Amino acid sequence: MVAVTSVAAGSANPPEVVTSRASRRRLRPWRGLILAVAALYFVGPVLAAFWFSIHNSHTGIDFHAYTGFFSAQGFGTAFRMSLLLGLATVLITLILMVPTMLLVHLRYPRARAWVETFSLLPLVIPPVALVVGVRDIISFTGEDRFLGTPVATVMNFLQGNQPWLLSLLYVVMALPFTYRALDAGLRGSSVTTLVEAARNLGASWPVVVWRVVLPTLRTSVLNAGLLAFALVLGEYTMAKILNFSPFPVWLARFGDTDGQLQVGLSLLSLALTWVLLLTIAGVAGRAPGTARFPFRRRTS
Amino acid sequence: MTAEPAVATIEGTRVEYLDVTRVFGATRALDGFTLQIEPGELLALLGPSGCGKTTALRLLAGFDQLSSGQLLIDGRDVSRQPVNKRDMGMVFQSYSLFPTMSARDNVGFGLRLRGASTSDRRRRAGELLELVGLSAHTEKYPHQMSGGQQQRVALARALAIQPRVLLLDEPLSALDAKVRTQLRDEIRRIQLELGVTTVFVTHDQEEALSMADRVGVMRAGQLEQCDAPSVLYQRPATPFVAEFVGTMNHLPGVVRDGSTVQVGDQSVPADGQVPLSGTAVSVLARPEAVLVEASVEGDAVVQVATFFGAVTRLRMLRSDGVELLADVSSHRAGELAPGTRVAVSLVDRPVLVRTPSS
Ligand SMILES: Nc1ncnc2c1ncn2[C@@H]1O[C@H](COP(=O)(O)OP(=O)(O)OP(=O)(O)O)[C@@H](O)[C@H]1O
Ligand SMILES: [Mg+2]
Repeated sequence: MVAVTSVAAGSANPPEVVTSRASRRRLRPWRGLILAVAALYFVGPVLAAFWFSIHNSHTGIDFHAYTGFFSAQGFGTAFRMSLLLGLATVLITLILMVPTMLLVHLRYPRARAWVETFSLLPLVIPPVALVVGVRDIISFTGEDRFLGTPVATVMNFLQGNQPWLLSLLYVVMALPFTYRALDAGLRGSSVTTLVEAARNLGASWPVVVWRVVLPTLRTSVLNAGLLAFALVLGEYTMAKILNFSPFPVWLARFGDTDGQLQVGLSLLSLALTWVLLLTIAGVAGRAPGTARFPFRRRTS
Repeated sequence: MTAEPAVATIEGTRVEYLDVTRVFGATRALDGFTLQIEPGELLALLGPSGCGKTTALRLLAGFDQLSSGQLLIDGRDVSRQPVNKRDMGMVFQSYSLFPTMSARDNVGFGLRLRGASTSDRRRRAGELLELVGLSAHTEKYPHQMSGGQQQRVALARALAIQPRVLLLDEPLSALDAKVRTQLRDEIRRIQLELGVTTVFVTHDQEEALSMADRVGVMRAGQLEQCDAPSVLYQRPATPFVAEFVGTMNHLPGVVRDGSTVQVGDQSVPADGQVPLSGTAVSVLARPEAVLVEASVEGDAVVQVATFFGAVTRLRMLRSDGVELLADVSSHRAGELAPGTRVAVSLVDRPVLVRTPSS
């Protein structure tokens, strides 16, 4: 039945089919060209960097830039700090943003414009201004009247010079990206009806979020997490000004002694981000019934 | 040996809306809405778009709060009860299955929340999917099912929690005509089998009349009339109901005295509220209450004849420009072909009248 219909439809409008096929053929060389230019723009510098990291005019080609970092002094500490900061940032972001955005989406749709504007502020305020402001606030010695109040406890915690402070900043820095990723997911799915259906069947709010919202928004939640994580792996300014030494800061300092190692490590961290991205694409693509990454579109 | 029912019957619940009002800004979505729903009955809420049907249903489900009035379930005020404690099974207009769960897990979702064991859940979900005719599709995900199948799963999911009331908000409106009638009959069969009190919202009168024990016709946030389909059709309480349910002719007439109206050269008894004598009114008559005779002296001409099986519906134009519809038995259709001049009169039964302004 279906086959018959489609054959009939096809024979009814053959000119249209031919036209679209012809125009597609005309487009093809352009597509190739654009792709080539874009590839050159993105891949060229990476290849150049790779060449630089392995080639030495005196000793020829060697891969010490990709093997030597394990033994490089301070690498382990710095890298672990970056990974932990990344995880903390992702967790805080999701714990903060998913319920907030759900609330805005379901209950206060009129507040959306405000939240969106607010989420863009980190793009407008230079990170340096932000971090200097934060530094001034945490160095605020406080007054005695705060003693014994929660304010003093929080200030004490922040002034403890823990690297965790950074992840709070990174949550803010990542806001423009995480907001967008989550918002796209919320708009693209029928979350409102799904939440109502789950509530109607007896689910409490935590169950709704855990069993219905997160699985449904899986792709955009993973995207948001990945963007936040990638930002942490590459952020230099804030960490430097606040005198912490995660991976990017360590890398910049280390480069003074060995340029090749520095470039090699940069490439490795780029590769790490890519591996994460592809893993997430794979995971999201396998989840039944969820939106897939564009390049994993299923044909069945 | 008698076959055990697939799913335990659900004890019917009584629902009462008492003078319920729900205001959204300047809109009175419900405005003094009063309705009693009897245990185990299927009540259809019928009315034009925006009359408050969905609002009435959402209040009962607990998605929304009343502005004033009372909502009683089995005599208990539920206005403070949160959605997830109400045990109302709802089927939504738009597809609402959880996309990351199979049909079986969707149906089992409510049972899982109620602490049913895995094996219990699987068994009950299997029974319910069988009840809605989907035993072959238990492992399918929503995106692998047709719209009709998805709504069946949604129905099974709502029934799984043994709801006190089953709520259906235009569950069939996204489906094509054939699936719609099929599923409509199936919902009714299941509802009768389980005896669950059911509220069915629709703006399709055929759907309402064919399925429901009683139909509540709503207009602008109020209940106009709530009666069995046949009563609604034959004895509509108001002109609005008369026009909304079924097809109506509007014939110009004049009130003669308190109980009769003059229509053309015929005098017929009037029903309901009748204005003062001498008032010009519209007389409402069903197509089957219009009598048609072929006659060269008649003042109407048949324009179109539409065959409906046992009856044929004639569209006629009177010389004064009034259009009329009449249903005649199909074996007479030959003598009343389009172009035939006919004489038209009304069956001698009480008619409803409305003044042009009402
Ligand atoms: N959340 C809301 N905010 C503001 N107005 C609302 C809201 N929900 C409903 N209304 C208004 O209340 C009135 C009744 O709406 P309701 O959805 O109950 O109508 P309905 O009878 O279900 O119509 P339909 O057949 O189109 O679904 C409408 O005028 C609608 O605009
Ligand atoms: Mg509605």
